[in-house]
Amino acid sequence: MKCDLCGKNDATVHLTEVVNDKVTKLHLCERCAKDKSEEMHSHFGLSDLLSGLMDFGPAIENSAEAIPLVKCAGCGMTYQDFQKTGRLGCGKCYETFEKNLGELLRKIHGADRHIGKMPFKGESVLKDQEDLKRLKNDLAKLIREEEFEKAVLLRDRIKELETKLEVKPE
Amino acid sequence: MSIDALVSKKSEWLKGEGSKANVVMSSRVRLARNIEGQLFYDRASDEQRDGTRRTVSLAVKRLERFSNAFFLDMRDTSDVDRKFLLERHLISKEHMQDVQTKGLVVDENEVVSLMLNEEDHIRLQVLRSGFSVMEAWSLADAIDTELSHHLPFDYSRKFGYLTSCPTNTGTGLRASVMLHLPAMVMASQVESLYEAISKLGLTMRGFYGEGTEALGDFFQISNQVALGSSEMDILDNLERIVQKIIASEESTREEFLKKKKEEFEDRVFRSFGTLKSARIITSGEAIKLLSAVRLGVELGFIKGISTAEVNEVLIFSQSAHLQKLSGQELGRYERDVKRADLIRKKLGGE
Ligand SMILES: [Zn+2]
Ligand SMILES: [Zn+2]
Repeated sequence: MKCDLCGKNDATVHLTEVVNDKVTKLHLCERCAKDKSEEMHSHFGLSDLLSGLMDFGPAIENSAEAIPLVKCAGCGMTYQDFQKTGRLGCGKCYETFEKNLGELLRKIHGADRHIGKMPFKGESVLKDQEDLKRLKNDLAKLIREEEFEKAVLLRDRIKELETKLEVKPE
Repeated sequence: MSIDALVSKKSEWLKGEGSKANVVMSSRVRLARNIEGQLFYDRASDEQRDGTRRTVSLAVKRLERFSNAFFLDMRDTSDVDRKFLLERHLISKEHMQDVQTKGLVVDENEVVSLMLNEEDHIRLQVLRSGFSVMEAWSLADAIDTELSHHLPFDYSRKFGYLTSCPTNTGTGLRASVMLHLPAMVMASQVESLYEAISKLGLTMRGFYGEGTEALGDFFQISNQVALGSSEMDILDNLERIVQKIIASEESTREEFLKKKKEEFEDRVFRSFGTLKSARIITSGEAIKLLSAVRLGVELGFIKGISTAEVNEVLIFSQSAHLQKLSGQELGRYERDVKRADLIRKKLGGE
């Protein structure tokens, strides 16, 4: 079997995509597969390979006008930017491009709704990091204002937090 | 612990334990997670990436399980180090590049690892010996839950866990099983397996060594769909199909044993003989022959060598492992010589 992309070398990488019961098969030679994905040799997901090969929906063919040039408020990306890289910029992109992404997700997964695990929204580390920053600012202010007694108390709390956030020697 | 301390350690996943280790080399579960409010890796500046890595490291350090873990800045690694980690299945190819802000955490037993700042902020991986997808999942699940007490993961009610690439959106889960299917390869059944697998929401691909040719007998099967099915359903589906493939490999082996035992034996003992005598051997040839030896061990033709030992030789005879073991960079010729030495020693050759 010859490679679908270059047609020269023997195909040794076989990929399949199932969309609405339609099976698309791709047979690639090692070189073309490598070009498509740096991840090919690893035990990891096919995400790169897929994103490299995936047809990003009718949006592409319908030209850029079909999609309004909306920028994600979180990262400044447009859907066109995403189409170029195959990578989203931030979590907010999913809201911003909900419609286009929903379509794409249906193509990839045959579904656009998550059924499964939900995270516990813990924030202890981020909160501690922010607290520390805030307390350090406060401390500087107290020292400027020569409120030394209060500063001492604050310093102890900062020390406590710093110990908690202390990175063990690696 | 340094990277060198990892070198001579025998990874848990090579132990040849777990169910169906005669056909299944290893099982892996990987979860992709990102931190809410922080740009995805691709979009972030190096400074932001560093910040994310620091935050995640701190959270990981709060988990009891990682109290003796190994934290590594990828920028401190050499080319050989990175290849070694890849051979060891601890990092991906992608994690070998642009290492400036990337990190790696490996737990004491080399069962759990986290790639920080790969394509997603966190790639949590559990790797186990044998057919242990569910065990791998329950551990990954527990660690993921624990982490989520310390870090807010990017998540939406509709789409689930939000990932940089939409192929991972939803559960962020990719489970895979590495299979050893020498009998099915000999019986030319693998092509049709590719066909069948693809209709079931799974992907199958060959295993590659250093060179460009596919190394016949090892195959990886993983889920392709991450959204719209629960984790359990995804794993169930994978498990069910892999069970069928295992049964088919086993019955093909039995059939060969009944009808063409000599063909099997011939291949096994020729391979064993070559490996025990060779003075120079490439990684591609070694993997092919070791595959036959593994089969010989599984069928009881070869006594006195365990599956674990063959698994170990398969990994330790790869290029970066040879270089780490000998403590120096080696050219191709020297590697082929060292590889032959190591294999002869391990297999009781001359
Ligand atoms: Zn090609
Ligand atoms: Zn965005």
